[in-house]
Amino acid sequence: MSTENLIEIRDVSFAYRDRPVLKGINLTAPRGKVIAIMGGSGCGKTTLLRLIGGQLRPTQGEVRVDGQVIHQLGVDALYQMRRKMGMLFQFGALFTDMTVFDNVAFQMREHTNLSEAMIHDLVLMKLQAVGLRGAQGLMPHELSGGMARRVALARAVALDPMLIMYDEPFTGLDPISLGVIGNLIRRLTDALGLTSILVTHDVHESLEIVDYVYFISNGVVEAEGTPAEIRASKLPFVHQFVYAEEDGPVPFHYPAPDYAADLGLGSDR
Amino acid sequence: MERATLDFWVGLFVVAGLAALLGLALKVGNMSSFATTQSYEVKADFNNIGGLKIRAPVKSAGVVVGRVSDIHFDNKTFEAIVTLKLDSRYRFPKDTSAAIMTSGLLGEQYLALDAGGDDKNLAGGDTIKITQSAVVLESLISQFLYNKASDSPKADSAPAAASTSGVPSHE
Amino acid sequence: MKPPKQNLISRIGHSVIDSIWIMGVATRFLMQVLWRSGTSWRRFGLIIREIYASGVLSLVIIIVSGLFVGMVLGLQGYQTLQTYGSEQALGVLVALSLVRELGPVVAALLFASRAGSAITAEIGLMKTTEQLKAMEMMAVDPIARVIAPRFWGGVISMPLLAAIFSIVGVFGGYLVGVVLIGVDEGSFWSQMQAAVDVREDVLNGVIKSVVFGFTITAIALFEGFDAMPTAEGISRATTRTVVTSSLAILALDFILTAFMFRGV
Repeated sequence: MSTENLIEIRDVSFAYRDRPVLKGINLTAPRGKVIAIMGGSGCGKTTLLRLIGGQLRPTQGEVRVDGQVIHQLGVDALYQMRRKMGMLFQFGALFTDMTVFDNVAFQMREHTNLSEAMIHDLVLMKLQAVGLRGAQGLMPHELSGGMARRVALARAVALDPMLIMYDEPFTGLDPISLGVIGNLIRRLTDALGLTSILVTHDVHESLEIVDYVYFISNGVVEAEGTPAEIRASKLPFVHQFVYAEEDGPVPFHYPAPDYAADLGLGSDR
Repeated sequence: MERATLDFWVGLFVVAGLAALLGLALKVGNMSSFATTQSYEVKADFNNIGGLKIRAPVKSAGVVVGRVSDIHFDNKTFEAIVTLKLDSRYRFPKDTSAAIMTSGLLGEQYLALDAGGDDKNLAGGDTIKITQSAVVLESLISQFLYNKASDSPKADSAPAAASTSGVPSHE
Repeated sequence: MKPPKQNLISRIGHSVIDSIWIMGVATRFLMQVLWRSGTSWRRFGLIIREIYASGVLSLVIIIVSGLFVGMVLGLQGYQTLQTYGSEQALGVLVALSLVRELGPVVAALLFASRAGSAITAEIGLMKTTEQLKAMEMMAVDPIARVIAPRFWGGVISMPLLAAIFSIVGVFGGYLVGVVLIGVDEGSFWSQMQAAVDVREDVLNGVIKSVVFGFTITAIALFEGFDAMPTAEGISRATTRTVVTSSLAILALDFILTAFMFRGV
């Protein structure tokens, strides 16, 4: 069962109704690595995470996690598998009616028979790891965006999963929080020996911390490689993305008729 | 610690709600329709029941002793058969008579039992033999006029006993 | 949403098909909630929390409204009854109208706007901020963990609230009729007791309020669960909860009354 790659995505296509989102994606995530999936907004990155988490079924191809095809599992086996996955949502998705402590303790209380004293110690360990032991009594609405993200991170690792998925972990953060979260992702991955999949469009922060990058555009893998290879890439799409150029293969202008003609210039007058 | 105060309020709420239900049951309402175990049924035939309804009280000497549980029409005798559910604490002689009365001039109608002198008591399933139908105001008036016209002295034939009363059929 | 060039008939047709569709989805949702309620009964603390949220927090508005409705009934009933010289029947009038109709119905309407809207907004917010998806990813079923306890909390709270409303209302009628106007206290209570039957009136009122509680909470939860995950979507869903459940209460009340109090 212990395959080299924790996640193997083979030739996966997915469509919402008749709108294709992914068209034949191949992707692997080796154990113990941080993988980034990058691409413009709305290119199907989040859909890819949903496929891995078993919340969606691919229309074609297969998604294997830990050697098992995720969309062929029954409900119980899927839930069993999800206990080994953590997920960090875009804005943290903390449970608003619970304290920070209860948020982190949530999965332990739902899935284990640990005593309250044991849960207490474990939760404080997790919160200490993200530097928020002092905030255990606060409610989610009292936290800043960065702190909420860190609590969500502590919650995601609560049951020591083998895989954590991050959905746009850097959105809406100030540069300091951004650096903190980035380093935490790297540190937790190395310390806990887990595998991380990072979906983001924040190139610079993620190139610092990841081991391998997939670029997705228009539903296909456009480019892949280590951060060094990506930075050196001559592919126009990657170049435009990494160096944030305005125009390139991804045009600045939405397709439109000729500008001059649209303004009514140069025709009859 | 927070749990405890929450539990307290919920407990208080549930107790208040149950107390309100109990209050509605005991203080506001009566439990008469639940007293099914300690009652017995007797029947009585009437020529005319007037406005008597199911659940109307059955009174004897003004005390409520039971309720009307069923009313239906008999196809053979062309009479109304009224079933009375009587509280088993109360016993009546076999020759007890039943009459349909009105409380006040326009009030609700009830069934009055007038105890007779027989040694044996009514038991479940028995039929009350002596009945007096409801007084129908129109018949009363027409009878009064008729009596007035004939100028005869037998003016008080209205409360005649037995099923074959002096009151004309309602048809 | 739809192309603007559509004739009336096809628009009506669309909306009919839409509403049938929604009915189907809502029924499936309700079945799932009932089917997966096991967890919440095994962990009763979850339901306790929701009884607090929908029951205890609605208590103040229920008590205050009940008192005033009872007092108005006492005042208006007295005005009418005294024309016929039967003001002793005030107790009967107040108690019967409260126990049979006003208690369950007005309490349910208040419950829909107080607790129902709160439930919809809460579930809608949890959906919008991806809390429900997060829960699913943590291998916890949101229907069993979040929806079902709220459902049972509402179903348990509603009859208790209606009973409290009725008893407070009777007390309000007593305050106005007996204490203020001076109707004879003895006949107020004794006539009331003679006329109100526990099974025919009180129990039927309780049955009504259980049905209403079931309906309101189911509608509120479904609207929250089905809301568009935006701020606007939540506010629309909240409005829909109050409107739909109020209409449902009134319609159901008619049907139930027609069944319960026939010919008596």
